[in-house]
Amino acid sequence: MSGSPGWARVRDALRLFALDPKAMGGIWIRSRPGPARDRVLDLLAPLGARRITPNIADETLDGGMDLAATLALGRPVERDGILARGDLICLGMAERTAPGLAARLGQAIDRRETALLVLDEAAGEDETLAAPLVDRLSLFLDLSDLRLADLGQVELRNLDAARARRARVMLTDDDRQTLVATAMSLGIRSLRAPMLAAQAARGLAALAGRDRVEIDDLRRAVELTLAHRALAAEDAPPDQSDAPPDDDAVEPPEPPQDDAMQGTPPQDMLVDAARAELPADLLRALAAGRAARVQSAARGSGAAIRSNRRGRPLPARQGRPSDAARLDLAATLRAAAPWQKVRGGAGPEQRLTLRLEDLHVRQFEQKSDRLLIFVVDASGSQAMSRLAEAKGAIEILLSQAYARRDHVALVAFRGTGAEILLPPTRSLVQTRKRLAALPGGGGTPLAAGLFTAANLARQVRGRGFTPSLALLTDGRANIALDGAADRQAAARDARLAAAQILALCPGGIVIDTGRRPTPDLAALADAMAAHYLPLPRADAARLGRAVAPIMAG
Amino acid sequence: MSRTFPFSAIVGQDDMKRAMVLTAIDARIGGVLVLGDRGTGKSTAVRALAALLPKMRVVDGCPVNSARKTDCPDWAEIGSAKIVTRPTPVVDLPLGVTEDRVTGALDIERALTRGEKAFQPGLLARANRGYLYIDEVNLLEDHIVDLLLDVAQSGENLVEREGMSIRHDARFVLVGSGNPEEGELRPQLLDRFGLSVDVTSPQDVGTRVEVMRRRDAFDRDPRSFARHWDAEDTTLREAIVAARKMLPMVETPEEILHDCAAICIALGSDGLRGELTLLRTARAEAAFEGATLIGRDHLRRVAAMALQHRLRRDPMDEAGTAARVDRIVTEVLGPRRAAAE
Repeated sequence: MSGSPGWARVRDALRLFALDPKAMGGIWIRSRPGPARDRVLDLLAPLGARRITPNIADETLDGGMDLAATLALGRPVERDGILARGDLICLGMAERTAPGLAARLGQAIDRRETALLVLDEAAGEDETLAAPLVDRLSLFLDLSDLRLADLGQVELRNLDAARARRARVMLTDDDRQTLVATAMSLGIRSLRAPMLAAQAARGLAALAGRDRVEIDDLRRAVELTLAHRALAAEDAPPDQSDAPPDDDAVEPPEPPQDDAMQGTPPQDMLVDAARAELPADLLRALAAGRAARVQSAARGSGAAIRSNRRGRPLPARQGRPSDAARLDLAATLRAAAPWQKVRGGAGPEQRLTLRLEDLHVRQFEQKSDRLLIFVVDASGSQAMSRLAEAKGAIEILLSQAYARRDHVALVAFRGTGAEILLPPTRSLVQTRKRLAALPGGGGTPLAAGLFTAANLARQVRGRGFTPSLALLTDGRANIALDGAADRQAAARDARLAAAQILALCPGGIVIDTGRRPTPDLAALADAMAAHYLPLPRADAARLGRAVAPIMAG
Repeated sequence: MSRTFPFSAIVGQDDMKRAMVLTAIDARIGGVLVLGDRGTGKSTAVRALAALLPKMRVVDGCPVNSARKTDCPDWAEIGSAKIVTRPTPVVDLPLGVTEDRVTGALDIERALTRGEKAFQPGLLARANRGYLYIDEVNLLEDHIVDLLLDVAQSGENLVEREGMSIRHDARFVLVGSGNPEEGELRPQLLDRFGLSVDVTSPQDVGTRVEVMRRRDAFDRDPRSFARHWDAEDTTLREAIVAARKMLPMVETPEEILHDCAAICIALGSDGLRGELTLLRTARAEAAFEGATLIGRDHLRRVAAMALQHRLRRDPMDEAGTAARVDRIVTEVLGPRRAAAE
């Protein structure tokens, strides 16, 4: 009757959304542009959503002076923003939404001023929707695997009867309990989730022409509203429902049989239903998004846009243009426009009179984000106890980095190579976890560690960070870059790496954790223009005191 | 604007509610910062507080809510000194707000139509004697934060622009909420909040179901839901009013002063702001309880919210700063006696 199961889901979601967009918060459509998405948008067109993009100007959103009308009339003309008009909003390229916009849209949803139709074209794993929106949009659709040919009938008109009925549909406490328990089993912390699921269940019952919510409504509601919020398995708290996730299930489970329902508590069944609907890629992206959010305030905008030097434009400020601040012509005109009559500027000559106080300059979000790259020797020569001390020392440095709001990354080298244990982040809990799990042993591939750090430094410079390096080692390099156990080659490679570091991030710190200071390491530090600090015992507090003035620079 | 959810109907989140009530008793405590999970009712609570607070007396038409005619700024040109009662203002500071809207700016309308250089007050003026609420405070633009810090420090808003020089009182209680996942707060701003509480989603099914049930009932019929909770909100409001009256009578024993100092020294919190806030909060707590003397239990109850955000953050301490405060407080004051409560 209605095409494939995937389309049945689409149909239910669209009908629910159309029933009462503002109660549902919004619908999140993950798909590249294509016929399926076009079809869905056509269906939703009668709702009349106003299209915006993530780089919408604040004034368009919140309202402000209408420059054209103000100039034409010679008096200030204010214009309502999109939010004030109470329309639905269709947010295109939503994966690029910055936190500030996401927060404001989220607040508007909370006030039931708008509902969002979110078009998310996320491609990579590190792209996803900003968390404040994920939390408030009840419905999720992934159209990427759907074929247009499968589409059945979707009727979004004539919903008045269902709307009227919906007001009568009640939820029992058992229903609420089921939804709450299901959400908790899925590791969903936010309380909005079960509330939105409850809204969906009521809507589904109404659409089916019932006055009571039945288990099928709950199930469908959970599939539509909870599945995509479930945390990736590793983040989820211990499964309280005791129901092992059915990882092998590819098919959605069969509709519940009456006899099957008797033995199973409803939430277990709902958890299974949700798990079957879990969009695996999305979960990864959400998990990655969480890390990325902590990493950078301007997340989700793609690496290039995240650059500090350019950054998100901020409202213009009054001020004089200079090298650092460029004139914002529009804002300047806006400031000057209402004055033209008074100043007599807009006379016969039609010349605009600008005064100094009209001048506005452009601003960009420009934080000097420093990235501290810790390069840690985890080799055998750093015997286990020494490694523990080094870890303690790093924790001290980390907390200092944290206090200054620096980002940190962690590179460890041991055996025959080096790896980035922790990509740039501000999440110190995560750093600490990785650090605690850092194993020790093997050779000392110092050069590999430094090259890895240099590569990382190069990458993050492109994203606008200022990298600086903190190397902790006893300096007994014995593994060359190619993995050969050759001390001389190892030393030579280390010097090569040092030259790169010098070019990329001079002025770091080298902490010699050997029992006696190593002249070679001091020379290496010199080659990187780094401070050399012999610390035979990496006593955490002493280290902190010694390093503070150096790192503060 | 839709009706606000009643303060008393908020399920759980006792720390958050208590912190808000205490700042309502003594505004000098200096505001509340609420940090935590999404969907825990942070914003709901702040808006509910506004509806809960007792009305205040202001000069009619005064743009900065002055209590007396003499306090009204000259530029406001208030004619009569008629006093009216108004709800305590809770002013929302939206993200992405412009400096002009915050501090106030030249009134363009009047300048054009009457050729007068008049001041159009901004959000800071409206917030005077009330609350300034910033949702997602950690996402606020830096230059707005700087401006707020400056005004919150001086209690006065100074506008120098477009050839005007205007100043007016801007004493408000900052209330901020945010989700730490979205970004950290600058220490300077953290310090500006008197109290700080963490909120987390309740982890038991019963509580969560109750949250859902009340929200449902509210959405269905806000009016009758509000009526249902009106008595409790009124009781709380009266308790706040009584505590405000009580406040000047609450005595501070010498040993409590010592305790405050000892706790702050043991915690290594910066400056004297921590001690003062701890003392004021404990005094408000005592007043709320109807006690005439600050006791150690009052200190114990409020220490975490008054001090946790003033500590040097130790990101490696998994227990969190609140637990650290509690640990030190127990060390300094000794364990709570069983019969103390």
